[in-house]
Amino acid sequence: MNQAVPPGKTLLTPFNIISGIILLIGGIITILRFTQGIGAVTNLDDTNPWGIWIGFDLLCGVALAAGGYVTCAACYIFGLKKFRCAVRPAILTAFLGYALVVLALHYDVGRPWRLPFPIFVSQGTSSILFEVALCVFLYLTVLLLEFSPVVFEWLNWKGARYLIGKVSMVLVIFGIILSTLHQSSLGALFLIAPSKLHPLWHSGYIAVYFFISSIFAGMSMVIAEHMLVARFLHDKIDAEHNIESNTVALGFAKAAAFLMAGYVMIQIIGIAMDNDWKYLGTGWGLWYLTEIVGFVVLPAGFYAVGVRERNVKLIRWTSFWVVSGIVLNRLNVSLVAFNWQLPLDQRYFPSFMEIMTTVFIITLGVVIYKFIVVRMPVLHGHPDYPDDHH
Amino acid sequence: METDFFTLQEFMTHTKAIAYLLIGVALVALPLFWLFLTGRDDKKKTY
Repeated sequence: MNQAVPPGKTLLTPFNIISGIILLIGGIITILRFTQGIGAVTNLDDTNPWGIWIGFDLLCGVALAAGGYVTCAACYIFGLKKFRCAVRPAILTAFLGYALVVLALHYDVGRPWRLPFPIFVSQGTSSILFEVALCVFLYLTVLLLEFSPVVFEWLNWKGARYLIGKVSMVLVIFGIILSTLHQSSLGALFLIAPSKLHPLWHSGYIAVYFFISSIFAGMSMVIAEHMLVARFLHDKIDAEHNIESNTVALGFAKAAAFLMAGYVMIQIIGIAMDNDWKYLGTGWGLWYLTEIVGFVVLPAGFYAVGVRERNVKLIRWTSFWVVSGIVLNRLNVSLVAFNWQLPLDQRYFPSFMEIMTTVFIITLGVVIYKFIVVRMPVLHGHPDYPDDHH
Repeated sequence: METDFFTLQEFMTHTKAIAYLLIGVALVALPLFWLFLTGRDDKKKTY
C-alpha cells in the first residue's frame, strides 16, 4: 500500500486547509439543518420546493456522473478496448457522484432513517420519482460492485477480486440499463409541470433531451477529469494511462460532437412540434439560444475542430465548456425557467447556507476522490494484474 | 408571424409538416457533419 503522507511532508497543505475549513462550515450547517429544520437554512417555500440541492447537487450530479456508464458501454459493450484506462476513474467519479447525490438528498428530504421506505415499505409505483429512487438505489449498488475490484486489489484479496471479475459483464449491462432509465426519468419528472416550466425548456421530448445530454456530459466529464488529475495528481498516473488518455480524449470528443449535433436537431424539432417559435424572440428566447448556441453548438464545433486537428489541448478545454453547459441546462430546467411567470419577489434564490452546503458536498467528493486515487490502483495498474484494469 | 389554429387537426398538420422538413434537413446535415468530423481520420481498407 502506498503511504499517503511520506515522512517529512506536512498535512497542512493549502488544499487541506481550504477543504478543512469548508468541511467544518458544512458540518455546522448540517447540524443546523437536522436540528432546526429545512426552513432554518434554505429559502425554499411551497412555491419553490426544489432548490439548488435538487437542481445542482442531484440533476447536475447525476448527469456529470454519466461517465461511468458511457465509458463502460464504450469499452465493454462496443468493444473499444482503447478506452480501458478511462474505466476505473470514470466508475470512481460515478460512484462518488451518486453517493453524494444520495447524501444531498438527505438534506432536502430530511429524516434519513426513512430513506429505505420508498423501496422497501411504501412503493409509489405510479410515480416517476419512485423509478428514479429505485434506479439510483440499484445503480449505486452496481457502481460499488463495479469499483470493488480496485478495493480488493488494494487489500490484496485475490479470491474476492477473482469472483467479482467473473460477474463484471453482468454488472456493466445492468448499470447501463439502469442509467438509461433514470437519466431520462430525471427529465420526465418535469413533464408534470407544463404550466410552470417555460415552453422552450418544457417538451414532450424532455426525457430524451436529458438522456442524450447525459451521454455527452459523461464523455466531457471523463476528458475534463483527466486534465485535472494530470495537473494535480500527475505522480499517480502511469505512462500507459497518460498515453491512452489522448486516445480517450480524441474518441470521446468525436462521439460527443456528433451527439451534440443530434441534440441540437432534436431540440429544434421539439420547438417545431410544440410550435414554440414565438418565444425565441423574447428575453427567455435569448437565454435559451445562449444555452443552445453558446454551450452546445459552439463547443460541438470546437470538439470537431479539435478532433480534425488532433488538438487534445483544445478538446480538454472544450470539455469544461460542455460540462458548464450541462450545469446551465439543468439549472435552467429546475430553477431559472421554472416558475418563470411568477414576479421576481416570489422567485427562488438560494440562501448562503444552501450554497455552502453544495460547496461542502463537492469538497467532500474531491477529498474522498483524492484519498482513493492516492492509495488505490485507479490511475495506475496494479502489478499483480498488469493486463486487467477492471 | 404567428399562425392561428382553430382545430387540433390544423395545429398537428402545421407542426408535423415543419418537423418533417427539419428531419429532412437533419438527414442531410448530420452526415455532412460526420464527414467533417472524420475527414482527416486514417482511412481503413475494408476489403
